[in-house]
Amino acid sequence: MTTAPALAATRDALGPTLIRLQQNGANLIVVDADLGKSTSARKFRDEFPDRFFTFGVAEQNMVSAAAGFAAMGHTVFATTFAVFIEHAFDQLRMSVAQPNLNVKIVASHGGVSVGEDGASAQSVEDFALFSSLLNFSVCVPADVVEAEAITEAAVNTPGPFYIRTARPKTPVIYTESARFELGKADMLRDGSDLTIIAVGLLVERAQRAADQLASEGIEARVLNMSTIRPLDVAALEAAARDTGAIVVAEEHLSHTGLGAMCAQALATCYPVPMEFVGLDRYGESATWSEALELMGLTPEGVADAARKVVARK
Amino acid sequence: MTLVSESPADLVGLTRRMRRHIVQMVYNAKSGHIGGSLSSTELIAVLYSKFLRHDPQNPDWHERDRFVMSKGHCTPVQYSVLAEFGYFPVEELDTFRQKGTRLQGHSILGKPPGVDNSAGALGMGLSFGLGIRLAQRLQGLDDSRVWVLMGDGEQDEGQVWEAAMAAAHHQAEGLIAVIDRNGIQNDDFTKITMSSEPLDKKYRAFGWHVLSDLDGHDLKTVEQAYQWALDQHGGPVCLIFDTVKGKGISFMEHNPAFHGAPPSDEEFEQAMTELAE
Repeated sequence: MTTAPALAATRDALGPTLIRLQQNGANLIVVDADLGKSTSARKFRDEFPDRFFTFGVAEQNMVSAAAGFAAMGHTVFATTFAVFIEHAFDQLRMSVAQPNLNVKIVASHGGVSVGEDGASAQSVEDFALFSSLLNFSVCVPADVVEAEAITEAAVNTPGPFYIRTARPKTPVIYTESARFELGKADMLRDGSDLTIIAVGLLVERAQRAADQLASEGIEARVLNMSTIRPLDVAALEAAARDTGAIVVAEEHLSHTGLGAMCAQALATCYPVPMEFVGLDRYGESATWSEALELMGLTPEGVADAARKVVARK
Repeated sequence: MTLVSESPADLVGLTRRMRRHIVQMVYNAKSGHIGGSLSSTELIAVLYSKFLRHDPQNPDWHERDRFVMSKGHCTPVQYSVLAEFGYFPVEELDTFRQKGTRLQGHSILGKPPGVDNSAGALGMGLSFGLGIRLAQRLQGLDDSRVWVLMGDGEQDEGQVWEAAMAAAHHQAEGLIAVIDRNGIQNDDFTKITMSSEPLDKKYRAFGWHVLSDLDGHDLKTVEQAYQWALDQHGGPVCLIFDTVKGKGISFMEHNPAFHGAPPSDEEFEQAMTELAE
């Protein structure tokens, strides 16, 4: 792996990673719905034109056709923006999830951090949709390095897979990709007063929140929960037992997101006070960082939730 | 390898047995889609007997033709032909829609062997078949074909037209769409619920080779149309057959009441009497 730049977008890992995996003997097909430049999938076309198929602005057809390729033995990556893949929910359910076919959805421009395009372009319900589909693995990388590792894991994991990536260039927090393990949370920092569980762009923001909290004498454990399904219940239970309070931070609607899934899991094994940093409304046009600020998805927002949950212990 | 399976010697006899299976299955289960199964019977019987490259002893044969049952509610006719060709015992048809059965109400890929797609929600089969066909081409399977059976009510689904556009764009020769135009959808006649005509002009405008106004119950016509489809080059083929919903049972023919409703005891007896003649 080359040294990653200090800032990079998770969406940019896809094309180069798929090229490398195909060169190393994978049996990939990439299908696209007229957004290959933005998802970086089009780079794969430049190297393997016979294995790249565009289906135009027609996501439903793309998903069912991807399932057909998979039925013929290929590992198929279907790519578009996160909001547009939601257009094909029934196709994901019946053509992919139920027959358990080897289709990998990589949806870029997820969350409110797509920014200026506004609410219609901001996918804030995709964790819920894909987590509701049995057989799907659901992952969200925290940085471009992890995005590459998750893409490789998707190839090596039979069955349906969903990866949400993001548009803005954000800090790179990992130095190597080898540490990613599907279904395992990554502890980035240990602490005894609470655990902050974060996903995607909120991971780096959670780290900054933990720095601030430490200066106040509050020691936070930080978990990167980059696999939403299958959920790492063991890490969750350990966090509850060890720290007694949990904050979940995500770029997603709170009532159906990672936080809700963590709360359900903990309710059956080790309930502790929880707070949720997420969305309760649709976003609006702004720069990507302003869009996150409008929703309180900031280090300060995470730290506020942490102070609140520690006070409830 | 048997490229085309031994066909039952008597196609008329095959279609009569399939119709009896269909009626029996739906009667036993007290549910299921009888009308659209009866309208597709000749289309499927001729396909499996004379055209589809398949091997019931080796249902996973990679180079086989794929039959995509896009109108996935019509499992009775699909299971009937699979049983007749020995994919599983004919007696298993009695388990249709029963607890624990492999013969689910709507198609599930690989369950039972010989079912090549999951279906039930309409409109996805043509896309799925297109993906299969493009994969076959990439893999150099030049003799393989994909046959997709759709209903005419199914043409309401927008995804069908996404697939129609893409199949022509990708010049998917070897993708053959077969439309069972029985003129009736769930609630009513198609011309009342949603007019999809003129289907032939629409598919032609999308760039397909089209043959239309075919008698879907005349065995010779069906055979000639399938052969015509195999002779076309440079793009996908659409065959539009005119059929009769509930074909073969007098009181079910052209009757919207028998889309998804089972026959009563008396109707069952009469149907089996008519099919015995």
